[in-house]
Amino acid sequence: MRDVAVIGVGCTKFGEHWNRSFRDLFVEAGALALEDAQLSGEKIDAMYVGNMSAGRFIEQEHIGALIADYAGMATRHIPSTRVEAACASGGLAFRQAVIAVASGMEDIVVAAGVEKMTDVEPGASTDALTGAADREWEGFVGATFPGLYAMIATDYMHKYGMTREQLAHVAVKNHYNGARNPIAQFPQEITLQTVLKSTMVAEPLRLFDCSPITDGAAAVIVAPLERAREFTDTPIKVMATAQASDTITLHDRRDISTLDASVAAGQRAFAMAKLTHKDINMVEVHDCFSIAEICAIEDLGFCKKGTAGTLTADGETALGGRIPVNTSGGLKACGHPVGATGIKQVYEIVQQLRNEAGKRQIEGAKIGMTHNVGGTGATVAVHILGRV
Amino acid sequence: MSVARFWRKIPQRYNLIGTKCETCGQHFFPPRTFCPDCRRTGKIVDHKFAGTGTIVTYTVIQTAPDQFASPGPYVLAIIKLDEGPQMTSQIICDPKDAKIGMRVRGVFRKIATDGESGIIHYGTKFVPVE
Ligand SMILES: [Zn+2]
Repeated sequence: MRDVAVIGVGCTKFGEHWNRSFRDLFVEAGALALEDAQLSGEKIDAMYVGNMSAGRFIEQEHIGALIADYAGMATRHIPSTRVEAACASGGLAFRQAVIAVASGMEDIVVAAGVEKMTDVEPGASTDALTGAADREWEGFVGATFPGLYAMIATDYMHKYGMTREQLAHVAVKNHYNGARNPIAQFPQEITLQTVLKSTMVAEPLRLFDCSPITDGAAAVIVAPLERAREFTDTPIKVMATAQASDTITLHDRRDISTLDASVAAGQRAFAMAKLTHKDINMVEVHDCFSIAEICAIEDLGFCKKGTAGTLTADGETALGGRIPVNTSGGLKACGHPVGATGIKQVYEIVQQLRNEAGKRQIEGAKIGMTHNVGGTGATVAVHILGRV
Repeated sequence: MSVARFWRKIPQRYNLIGTKCETCGQHFFPPRTFCPDCRRTGKIVDHKFAGTGTIVTYTVIQTAPDQFASPGPYVLAIIKLDEGPQMTSQIICDPKDAKIGMRVRGVFRKIATDGESGIIHYGTKFVPVE
């Protein structure tokens, strides 16, 4: 296998883009990534695009070809493949691009993610997202995504005694970070009271525990590490790529508040990179709900099970803390265009490793991690990226 | 959900008919036709569940998706059936009374309607055991 590096990244602003289409969004992200790598489109050998549900959100399938066409690749006939794993679609698209280059099959590959969620009514987008769970045995009986994660939260708080206030610190911290990120959908700082007084969605989760509905696209370009300096002075090495699966339903899991797929993917990634959690300078985790960040920090091994609430309330996951988590603002404040999220996580870590993260910059950042979850944990992708 | 897609699951949804692997003794609900542990040596037969169980975890959903019979708030829970498997369903009770460890039993209830004049879907919800 060849070593692989990220040579260019691009991301649209995340938000409600009423005046912009699905096509506009991914064309912008792709153009930004090409510009960043000082690359012309003729050099691209293949594309992978993460997209969860264009069929439900904009009634468009066949996204691989559509993207290649509007990116100006139709006459070059390059292979372009859509990758779907619900909210982990982006993380898996990145992994497929890395594997394609590592194998020697392709040289310069684009990994993109895109989702346009605001062209349907909120009820329809919520229903489309329910397809990431088991439609017949969860969705059918009235389970919504906030409802499933709320059941994880109930189980977790019952077992470990985490308080409602500790959980709220996740959202407060992520909004603080998001306020320092130019692409964030909600760049506003909030207080604990903002979270604790927000509308109840599914007990114990309130509106400010939930990531929003978002439009956005992100793209990164990968190449063999040995060729990376043809394109950039700051190549970022892909030190590990890992993926794991678990039962589609929450109720079939060994433990309701442990995502075993996160544990497995995290362990595989650390083994592949020959690193431990102590080597990681910052991590982007999949905080689709505040409780998901709590579980992720523990399942990836950054602290013992049951202690992430205290760690968060003590500021150890904030900028400047022991292990900064979600410096981008996470899904909560940066936004969550589901298919794009896994690519945006790579975009954030690359910015940190190139010392380009502005007011969010982690001093001396050398190694970072991304963690992207599909559904309630039936698919997890973990990547470790490092400066070279 | 199309009529056929719902209709083919009626025995399971109405009567909690699942399956059991006679090789290892595990019960499955929702039914599986392939034992994940015994794989090709598994022998799968139908099993009618007693319908009693215990709440493992729960939430109170404030607003139901449009098609559901109960507009909310309603209690959604994971129930551990006495035979072993866990399932997700609604608990018909005052949301204040729901708690982890509560004993419940399955009852036949309306779950949802497909559109205003659409077909009505029934299934198993749970009530507290007195
Ligand atoms: Zn068996």
